[in-house]
Formats: sequence, C-alpha cells, structure tokens
Amino acid sequence: MSLQRPVGSDHQLARLLQIGVVLEEVVEARADKHASVSADLDPAVETLLDHAASESEEHRRALEELIGELEAETVPFDEIQTLVEAQYESDDEFDGVLYDQLCNEETAYKFYDDLIGAIEASETEFSIDRNRLLSTLERIRDEEADGVEEVTELMEGRE
Amino acid sequence: MNTANQYLKAIYLVQEQEDGPASTGDVADMLEVSPASANEMIGKLEDQDLLEHEKYKGVDLTDEGIHRAREALQNYCIIERFLLEVLEVEEFRGEAKQLEGVIDETVAERLDTIIDREPQCPDCFDAEDDVCGLIELEAEASD
Repeated sequence: MSLQRPVGSDHQLARLLQIGVVLEEVVEARADKHASVSADLDPAVETLLDHAASESEEHRRALEELIGELEAETVPFDEIQTLVEAQYESDDEFDGVLYDQLCNEETAYKFYDDLIGAIEASETEFSIDRNRLLSTLERIRDEEADGVEEVTELMEGRE
Repeated sequence: MNTANQYLKAIYLVQEQEDGPASTGDVADMLEVSPASANEMIGKLEDQDLLEHEKYKGVDLTDEGIHRAREALQNYCIIERFLLEVLEVEEFRGEAKQLEGVIDETVAERLDTIIDREPQCPDCFDAEDDVCGLIELEAEASD
C-alpha cells in the first residue's frame, strides 16, 4: 500500500492514459447504446448523446496519439463496447439517461483533473513533451467541464 | 483515492488483523510513513468523527469510518480486477498499488461498470497480503 504519489514513469503514465481511453470508450459506447435502445428520446437529449459520443471519440484519438509516443498500446474500442453491452441495463427514463451522462462527464473531469495534478507534482522526465502532454489533458478536462454544464442545464430545463 | 481514505483502509486492515484497536505504529508501518505523519492524520480523522483514538490503546474506526474504509477497499478491488480483466496486466497487483492513489472513487465506479465483480466484495479482501483474495482463488480454479 502506498500513499498518493506522483506519476513516476513512462509506463505508469501510459497506463493512466489507457484508463482515460477506456473511460472515453465507456462514454461513447453508453451514449450510442442509450440512443439505440431508448424510444422517443427528446431531440435535445439525442443531440447531447450524439455530441458526447463524437467528443469522446476525439478525446480518445488524442490520448491514443500520446500513448503511441510512449510506445504502449491502446485499448480497442470494440473490446470495451462488448464489455459495456454485456453489463448494460436498459434505462430509457429521460432522467436515467441524462444522469448517466452527467456521471460520465463528471467522472472524466475528475480523472483528468487528478491526472494533471499528479503529472504536475512529478519530477519525472517523460519521453513525451511535458507541455504538450499537459495542454492536451487540460483541453480535454475543460471540454469535460463544459459537458457537465451542458447536461446540468438540460436537466434543470426539464424541472 | 485520497490520502484520508488510504489511512482509513489501512486502519481497517490493521484492526482486522489485530481483532481490536490498531496501534498508530502498525498503521504507519503499513503505509510506510513516519509515526509523526500517521499521528497527524489520525488526529484529523478523529476531528471528522471517523475514528476514536485512545492513547496507549490505539485507534478504533467509527461506523462512518468503517463505511469509508470498506468503500476504499472496494475501489482497490475494482482497480485490481480492471487491470487484470480489461487491460490484461500481468503485474496487476503491483500496478494497482501504484495507481490507487491517483484513481478516485468516482472513476473506480465507472470502471466497475465493465468488470465482473463478486457480490461479497470487499469482504474478499485479504488483509494480510493487502490484496483482493478472490482473484487469486479464481486464477487457481481456472488452472
């Protein structure tokens, strides 16, 4: 057991970025699944899910580029999609879908925020440019924060 | 998992092993920190009513402390299982220990949506080895 410590190697960084990829893939797969199984979804929710899936795909690509530079492998989307399908419980309640989406965005935000903090606290010289690494993660984190706001607004608008 | 939760998890495990209060020295040993650091954090956790600390006797988690410690154990099990099942990491235990400080509870909950976790978790936890006890049993069974 060890207390919180900064990211200490390329290997550990690559592993955390892989986890980021999986989180994005979970968002993408769940958003696709919600859209496909939920009948009569509000058009605003459909647009939100569509946007969430395409944004996650873009985030995943950006993370995969970093992972590639660390000479590690990514996690194929179809593998995660299969796992999401296996555990998915249909929830076509409007609030259920939006709440799930809110959890997705909040979780992703928290993950990137902690990861950025751990990288900033680390004195390790990674084999990828630190500034580019941090600016990529900060951009993704900020987009997740925007996502939280969008879902919250939509939820509040329905109350 | 934040530092406070890692302390609660360590205290819970020491209490399980001792079947009674945990000494601050044992908690410090488990977390590989100085007794002074352990004492400082234990004081903070006591202020939050997560434990009771009696000098010369040791530390006892309150119900809320136990609840938080069990959640922390569950998160650790999720990380181990995720590394093994999804990322197929051979050294999943070593890596889980490295990563637990960076993986927050909300993130672990999301990772939990794509793994097969047993309902008895976190009672599966092997306090002595500081690992999920079920994974090894499953690996042995499949041999």
